[in-house]
Amino acid sequence: MSLDLFFQYLFAGITYGAIYAVVAIGFNIIYNATGIINFAQGEFVMLGGMISISLLPFMPLWCAIAAATALTMLIGAAIEMLFIRWLQSPSVLRMIIITIGISILLRESALHIWGESIRSLPYFYGNEITTFSLGSVHISPQVVWVIAASGVMMGGLSLFFKSTPIGREMRACAANRTAALLCGVNARNMVTLSFMLSAGLGALAGCVMSPITYTQYDSGTSLAIKGFTVAILGGLGNSMAAVAAGILLGIIEAFSVSVVPLAFQDAISIAILLIILFVKPHGLFGSSEAARLKDF
Amino acid sequence: MFFIHVHCVKGGKMKSGIRQWALGCAAGCLVLASALSAATAGTVKVGAIFAVTGPASFLGGPEARSAEMVVEKINKAGGINGDTVELIVKDSAGSSEKAVSFAKQLIEEEKVVAIIGPSTSGESMAVKKVAEDGQTTLISCAAAEVIVDPVARYVFKTPQKDSFAAQMIFEEMQRLKINTIAIAAGNDGFGKAGKEQLEKMAPSFGIKVAASETYDSKATDLSALVAKLKADASIQAVVNWSVVPAQAIIAKNMRQVGWQAPLFQSHGFGNIKYAQAAGAAAEGIIFPCGRLLVADALEAAHPQKALLTQYKSDYEAKYKEDASAFGGYAFDAMNMVAAAIKQAGNDRAKVRDAVEGLQKFAGVGGVFSFTPQDHNGLAIDSFAMMTVKDGKFILYQGR
Repeated sequence: MSLDLFFQYLFAGITYGAIYAVVAIGFNIIYNATGIINFAQGEFVMLGGMISISLLPFMPLWCAIAAATALTMLIGAAIEMLFIRWLQSPSVLRMIIITIGISILLRESALHIWGESIRSLPYFYGNEITTFSLGSVHISPQVVWVIAASGVMMGGLSLFFKSTPIGREMRACAANRTAALLCGVNARNMVTLSFMLSAGLGALAGCVMSPITYTQYDSGTSLAIKGFTVAILGGLGNSMAAVAAGILLGIIEAFSVSVVPLAFQDAISIAILLIILFVKPHGLFGSSEAARLKDF
Repeated sequence: MFFIHVHCVKGGKMKSGIRQWALGCAAGCLVLASALSAATAGTVKVGAIFAVTGPASFLGGPEARSAEMVVEKINKAGGINGDTVELIVKDSAGSSEKAVSFAKQLIEEEKVVAIIGPSTSGESMAVKKVAEDGQTTLISCAAAEVIVDPVARYVFKTPQKDSFAAQMIFEEMQRLKINTIAIAAGNDGFGKAGKEQLEKMAPSFGIKVAASETYDSKATDLSALVAKLKADASIQAVVNWSVVPAQAIIAKNMRQVGWQAPLFQSHGFGNIKYAQAAGAAAEGIIFPCGRLLVADALEAAHPQKALLTQYKSDYEAKYKEDASAFGGYAFDAMNMVAAAIKQAGNDRAKVRDAVEGLQKFAGVGGVFSFTPQDHNGLAIDSFAMMTVKDGKFILYQGR
């Protein structure tokens, strides 16, 4: 393999990986707050893309993205308030089924509103054929946007959880809900907030990647599967591990192209997931002890 | 019904008055029901199975809308021979199992005179036997040649053959002096069939297939695949055989790595939305397609000209979206059924014969002439080579 080809694969892998990681972090935020996997996470990504595309004719790109993120956050909050909040000590299984139901609901609504056609935002910089050249390696500027946006989101999130009072309250709820309640933290609001955060995160990712991957009413499903794989791979609830796991998976997928047909990409990632579940069930970067003391 | 009526008369000899009364009622209801059905005798039922939702919805959506448009127009003009056409559309969501059960339902319960669809090749192959067993005409809107080869008595199809598309591409390559190519195809039925077709035909045109890659038809990024193909310096052109969105993605990824080799696409590229989705990267893509896309540019004497412009403007005015070749498949299928019913009446066997007897039938896909051996009825000239220029489809005039 030539050096050029190596870097070309590497960048392709990092792009996939950054997208997977952002979706995985969305899973983790809600998992930490509620102990459930929100299977509608992929739909948040789709909604972000779709709403911003619909808003674009009426406002500049930046406003459309901001508005789409805000709207998706509201949808996330509404979902939590309508379907999750009023449940009296719901079982995990029940909540999971509810989120699967929500994901179908969102997907079908999207089909009715936007139809079955594929859409996309325009490239943020340049157009479809603009590339940066690093030596003989070519990279689309949008790839840089995706990587940068993912990085900023991850950094911002970690700052939010570490150094803001609300972030600390959310972590308290995640660590020990009862203790947090006793300290006067409104745990229910924290759950709502976690839905808003992960919806916003997903929506923003959906906007940034839309020019590369396109947005279709059902594009959330496959992303959710990949994001879920990455979340498990890194260890559920551990966002920084999700970043590492996401990029690792992306790179493995990209390099696998050189040996097996691209159609096996998904098979490879699922195979890796299975191996990890057998060998290290708490994730690549998790330990069984840490899993008990879950934290962001 | 007559049988039960007789039973009722016999029932008079029975001891139980209640039983007699019940039977009488039942017979009365049946008489009433038959009277009602006589009142609606002026309805011809046509079934349709399309993947309106799901992964093949880009086909099924325009197909269902086009068929509904045709039926609406027929009924507005007073129906066929005074009978109203009732189109029963079933959404298979691209699933063969659903398509089969819908086909059975349409044939056995709804008693349709003919069925149009399904949208995909996999579904059509699954439904083929059901149509044969039910002796009901099926006009498929799917591309694969196996649907009508070998010929099944009741099964027809409207889209042009894959092999014609492959042949046109290879002939163009010969003109461009291209002799080493790469094939990329999605892993769905359409991609697989196209890939096999291309691999089979390439040697007879003196073209070497240096790489043949399959990718997930829902892939969102193909830059790794493109990097691999580009690394092989002997490859002069790429043929991509897939459906949305991969066909736009591969175009973008190729141009993004600065690879200017000619990109050929299948007739599945025939929707201006896909060219728009690929934006600047779509410029110069070469693909064979029906003439709908360049309807305005055809000379006035062309047998399809009036029909194509009419369909395009009707569809675009009604649904506020661009007409595509896919919708045209269903438009043709529905018009064929309508023409056959007009000739043969509401009779399954006669409708089949009438469809097979259609000659020089101008449709969106081309000019159809069916024979007992050819249930596609199109010649290679039903395709024209096209390219993308300034975001629009134009007739290809050589590079």
